[in-house]
Amino acid sequence: MSITMSPAHNIESAAVNERTVDAALRAEGISCWFGKRKVLEDVNLVMERNTVVALIGPSGCGKSTFLRTLNRMHELTPTAALAGAVYLNDVDIYGPELKASVTRQRIGMVFQKPNPFPAMSVRENVLSGLKLTGTKVGNSEELVQWALLKASLWEEVKNRLDAPGGSLSGGQQQRLCIARSLAVKPEVLLMDEPCSALDPTSTRRVEETISEIADDITVVIVTHNMQQAQRVSDTCAFFLAEENRPGHIVESGLTEQMFTNPADPRTNDYVNGRFG
Amino acid sequence: MSTASVSGAPRRPRTFGRREATELIAPLAIAGVVTTVLFAITPLAGPVGFVIVMYSLFIAQYYWYARRTHGVKAGVDRAVTVVISSAAAFTILPLVFIMGFVVAKGAKSLTWGFFHHTMEGVAPGAPASAGGAFHAIIGTLIQVALATFICVPFGVLTAVYLQEVRGRFVPLVRVIVDAMSGLPSIVAGLFIFAVWVVGLGQGFSGLAASLALGVLMLPTVARTTEEMLKLVDPSLREASTALGAPQWRTVLRVVLPTARSGIITAVILGIARIAGETAPLLMTSFGNDRANPTKTLSEPQESLPLFIYRQITSSQGASVDRAWSAALVLVAIVLVLFVVARVLGRTRPAK
Repeated sequence: MSITMSPAHNIESAAVNERTVDAALRAEGISCWFGKRKVLEDVNLVMERNTVVALIGPSGCGKSTFLRTLNRMHELTPTAALAGAVYLNDVDIYGPELKASVTRQRIGMVFQKPNPFPAMSVRENVLSGLKLTGTKVGNSEELVQWALLKASLWEEVKNRLDAPGGSLSGGQQQRLCIARSLAVKPEVLLMDEPCSALDPTSTRRVEETISEIADDITVVIVTHNMQQAQRVSDTCAFFLAEENRPGHIVESGLTEQMFTNPADPRTNDYVNGRFG
Repeated sequence: MSTASVSGAPRRPRTFGRREATELIAPLAIAGVVTTVLFAITPLAGPVGFVIVMYSLFIAQYYWYARRTHGVKAGVDRAVTVVISSAAAFTILPLVFIMGFVVAKGAKSLTWGFFHHTMEGVAPGAPASAGGAFHAIIGTLIQVALATFICVPFGVLTAVYLQEVRGRFVPLVRVIVDAMSGLPSIVAGLFIFAVWVVGLGQGFSGLAASLALGVLMLPTVARTTEEMLKLVDPSLREASTALGAPQWRTVLRVVLPTARSGIITAVILGIARIAGETAPLLMTSFGNDRANPTKTLSEPQESLPLFIYRQITSSQGASVDRAWSAALVLVAIVLVLFVVARVLGRTRPAK
């Protein structure tokens, strides 16, 4: 016997919606398919400006798929389809006003595996977003330093900006990827398990970086690490895919409340490590 | 005490020691003796038969002994190991013979003059020391360079279409490229002869040869480059797209630079493929006794394969010697290219 819950109930239970929220990003009725298989069903989520939103849930529940719909990366998979809308400052990113490439410039992404461009130096990696979008920059040295400082990598690489990006350690590479995303000055940064390939020390540094950039950027982070979600995020959304039901949000709200006093027993079980 | 010192001594498990060597050499010697006797007392004869009979006897003994001392599995293991090793050695044999032959024959009359003399005004009966292959070497270099220059952009673009653009015609393009790689080289020559040399009235020239060579080079460059593009981590393309890059910038600034060393390898393999082609040259560059690098677009031109062909068919002793020397030079050029390809292909970007 499975507990069913209407999407409307999800929204009502979300603490976020009980107060007026300045939404940087708002997903409405997102459903996703890979071919005929539906992996995500009617997801509604408000991501408040300049906060950190964590997407949690067991593997295969559609968190990453949802994340990829937020900057139009989902559609790059040949069989992928979706329904619903995503609003960036109240403009639908799937609407005619926004080009996909512009959307992706404004909503950056950091991936699970660090992927600096191996053919480029540290400096070139940071500036790659500008080169790749044909954007002119006034003072590139200043921008490189700003982005690397933001990603708390500057001190470690300031004397080897011309070294290949691949010569850095795994944790440094991931922070370089963050710096690369920040250099195009996005409004939102999506992070898909950014620490899952890193050691604890690097993880801590990336978490510090996240806290710092959240002052002026909205961060949406997928994580499997409950402690991490608790440490870095302001709000949380718990995703779950159950038997015969594609991934959906069971509960979302303030992180503190989700971890101490969740409304749904399944959330309680998950955040306390009883399944998933 | 003694056991401790034995177990503590450094050793390598499963080494090939004296015992193993004896187990290998003894059956070989016995097989040799038995086969010699067999060939003496029976009608069996001939060197090929001798090798076959001796080899079979050797394998049988080797298997039998290993099976008796170590069991069936060990016997099969050893016999198969020896058969596979000797098969590998047998494959290398022709290469060693050909190389040895070319070096032995070619070095004989390879003098310094060979590199800076042409065949202009050299009498048919002149000794091998007269004349040289300067014009052929320079012709080969020009024609191959020109063919590379013409072919590489098309080859790389084809690979980009197949691997990056992935348009609707990918299956069709792939079939055509594969069919082209099976194209007999003389057909490529005939094609350029019919279209360019005769059809458009351009006449024989180094350029015509380059066009024919380019046709032959294209599938090698396209398919090898495609394989190299496949090796580029897909997450790099994703990262570039996620930064807001259009696909053409992703290809130009991320994919191609990342695959750079692989593409260089592809180009050099393509060059090695065409450097020794002779058939298409007969109908396109025709051959010449003079060096004419400045007339590449308008005059018949010599190249090393044509030089070899023309010298060897003239059947004078000295000409044949010159042909062998040219063959050695050609093999050396191709060898250098392969070494360069290997070195460049090995320097992968840091991970």
